[in-house]
Amino acid sequence: MPNATLERTASAGHAPATYMPHAQGQAADRRMKEKAPADAPAKMGVRGLDLYYKDFQALKGINLEFPKNQVTALIGPSGCGKSTLLKSLNRMNDLVEGCRVEGEITLDGEDAYRSIDVNSLRRRVGMVFQQPNPFPMSVYDNVAFGPRTHGIKNRADLDEIVEQSLRDAAIWDEMKDRLKKNALGFSGGQQQRLCIARALAVRPEVLLMDEATSALDPISTAKIEDLVGELKSKYTVIMVTHNMLQALRVSDKTAFFLLGEMVEAGATDDIFTAPVDPRTADYVAGRFG
Amino acid sequence: MSAKLTIAFESAGAPAAAPGSGNRIDSLFEAVEERHRKRRRVVSALLRSVVYLGALLTTVVLLFLVGYILVNGVPYLTPSLFEWEYNSTNVSLMPALVNTLIMAALSLAMAVPVGVGSAIYLVEYAKRGSKFVAVVRTTTETLQGIPSIIYGLFGMLFFVTALHWNLSLLAGACTLAIMVLPVVMRTTEEALLAVPDSYREGGFGLGAGRLRTVFRCVLPSAVPGILGGVILALGRCVGEVAALIFTAGSIAQIPNFAGEGLGALFDSTRTLAVHMYTLASEGLHINETYATAVVLLVMVVLLNLLATFAAKKMNKGGSDA
Amino acid sequence: MSQLHIKEGIARALFVAAAGISILAVALICVFLFANGVPAIAEIGLPEFLFGTTWRPANDIYGIFPMIVGSIYVTAGAIVVGVPTGLLCAIFLSRFASGKVAAFLKPGVELLAGIPSVVYGFFGLVIIVPFIRDTMPGRGLSLLAAAVLLGIMILPTIITVAQSALDAVPKKYYEGALALGADHERSVFRVVVPAAVSGIMAGIVLGVGRAIGETMAVIMVAGNQPIIPESIFAGVRTMTANIVLEMGYAADLHRGALVATGVVLFVFILLITMLFNVIKKRGELK
Repeated sequence: MPNATLERTASAGHAPATYMPHAQGQAADRRMKEKAPADAPAKMGVRGLDLYYKDFQALKGINLEFPKNQVTALIGPSGCGKSTLLKSLNRMNDLVEGCRVEGEITLDGEDAYRSIDVNSLRRRVGMVFQQPNPFPMSVYDNVAFGPRTHGIKNRADLDEIVEQSLRDAAIWDEMKDRLKKNALGFSGGQQQRLCIARALAVRPEVLLMDEATSALDPISTAKIEDLVGELKSKYTVIMVTHNMLQALRVSDKTAFFLLGEMVEAGATDDIFTAPVDPRTADYVAGRFG
Repeated sequence: MSAKLTIAFESAGAPAAAPGSGNRIDSLFEAVEERHRKRRRVVSALLRSVVYLGALLTTVVLLFLVGYILVNGVPYLTPSLFEWEYNSTNVSLMPALVNTLIMAALSLAMAVPVGVGSAIYLVEYAKRGSKFVAVVRTTTETLQGIPSIIYGLFGMLFFVTALHWNLSLLAGACTLAIMVLPVVMRTTEEALLAVPDSYREGGFGLGAGRLRTVFRCVLPSAVPGILGGVILALGRCVGEVAALIFTAGSIAQIPNFAGEGLGALFDSTRTLAVHMYTLASEGLHINETYATAVVLLVMVVLLNLLATFAAKKMNKGGSDA
Repeated sequence: MSQLHIKEGIARALFVAAAGISILAVALICVFLFANGVPAIAEIGLPEFLFGTTWRPANDIYGIFPMIVGSIYVTAGAIVVGVPTGLLCAIFLSRFASGKVAAFLKPGVELLAGIPSVVYGFFGLVIIVPFIRDTMPGRGLSLLAAAVLLGIMILPTIITVAQSALDAVPKKYYEGALALGADHERSVFRVVVPAAVSGIMAGIVLGVGRAIGETMAVIMVAGNQPIIPESIFAGVRTMTANIVLEMGYAADLHRGALVATGVVLFVFILLITMLFNVIKKRGELK
């Protein structure tokens, strides 16, 4: 790899990202160094991303690629911008007044902000939130909401999608006899897996998880972590987590953020065992954040 | 339902995650999504326009109602309309205006202490879940739902007939007082509940008794909220007709307090709203009716502004805390 | 110390007494209404009173069925006119309006709530009635006029209650729907509005209560014939109007029959209040 400031990807035919002007000199070059596994093509990519909330710059010159069928973890202390980055991947930041995005975000090489319809982007890039947020309606209607939104009305098709999504989220056995029950009647862990099923029901290509286990007990957390391991065979998963052990257990690639900048990204094992930047080393050693 | 579902799936071959089915659904999305998006856009645009239409309709009604009455009434706000004497040729609204103020003041003088007192009891004294509190809550809610004509009937049967007060200022004021009591209670309760507990703890911590704590530490910061409720109640007094025609009557004269002293409380009086109703149903003085409506409207608008102002103050007080 | 105790005791007693007054008021209202109304009903006969279709005080015939039907018709009409408009306006204020527009419309709605019913009634008399008279059959003073006017009058109630119910829907539902690729309108109408449905229903019930109890405005536009209307262009008399129109000169059984009309109205209102409470409770349980 000639240029160490770029994410190292072997994706054939993928135009290499341009060098971003914000990275100054050798130090920056080393900081941006990537040790991503070389065999995975990128599903989503972020190039030169600057994000502002009114005058405050929340993300500064982010370059990152999310390999297909892998789990990428975004870690860093609170307020470092990792959730902001996640929310800009499916344009949920559009809801924030005064939010401005510069740079490029791509999905399969297409510009996510300019050439993909926002609703179809959000279908293809699903999201699971920090707090389980099933709608106050039946389990079935929760899972069927997405497919119905996108025009699938046939009852048999919906039945099939609901069952398969619940199976994929490893919650079919618990829910199959209670499809008509109000979703709010279930435990937090069940609700969160229902939300995962709901997200899967629209056949997304990427699944964003925003600290999806932080509100859950350890057993539910373990179930969801196992689930994520299985999901990556079909989906590209990008997760924000506060829990470094979780990142280590679940993810293939890890990116470390600090004060709106991406300090370092690479194979999870490398980030945790041989970080290049001393700040990454400090963070993974638990010295701050 | 769910049972039927499961059966359907079993017959289709149990593991639904069978290899082929995923692709079938994927292609289903591909087939449907693009076509559906166009329809969705139309539906959304339609929904959006209905929502805007609803808001527009409300705005139009508001502007038209207020505008129409102002345009037709303001030119007839002549000095003669504000003369002290009412007679059948010059339907001056002045006596009714003065009566309205007296009537409202009287009824608030009764309703506010009682309403604030009972709210203090409910919030500061009563134990949570006590039977008495539950009954008070229910009765307050009931009072709030009773239409003014029922109050009027009751006032007529009780104050006018049973107590032999006849059609009088006092009977009207008492009827109104009962009518606005729940308004004062409710808003005071909300205002008191909004006062942070730290204020109370501060009072008790200094060794003050409950009474002193309530009056020195809690009530002052609840005043804007209570005031908002009082203004709301005032608004209802000003606009009320049905509760007054059979309790206070419709004599368009100011009670003669100078001559009769407190005996004037038993004079029949006509408030501005009753005055306007009488004019409108007689149909002889249409221009003066418009003008009277303007005066009523202006009073209501002013009271509204005051209440909003009080509410703003309350919110500010809350955020300071 | 003991002096303080006495003072505290007196204050407490006063506050309890104040709280007791609302109980006393409801008790008195019930006692006086029923004591004056029930004997009249007994004399007329309950079925004849409730279901008699003729109201002719001169002949001592007191059937209030036309007035009960009138109240129900007028209220139903008000719902048809007021609920869709009010609900859409609430949705607008809660989820569509920009800050500036809301800053204008919200005080406007409060103003609508504060306008006295005589002013509404007068507005109906000079605008709605002539309009109906000129464009439709009948004399203008009609069920339709009353329904439209009452529909306008219940707007602020419905808007205010529905809006606060919509505002109280957690943001996470809306965001969840967006994240699945639903657009703003679908998220609002399919997720936010259903989540607020019990609050919205409470607002509608409150509006019904207001409509059925409204008196002065209805009298001024409804025509007040004590017969069951045959079309929406015919005149109609509500229970409230019945009381006000004749109480001024009624005596003896006639007067009793009017108070009894009030009793029936009161029972209607109590039922509506109970319904309101049930809906509210169910909303809280969710």
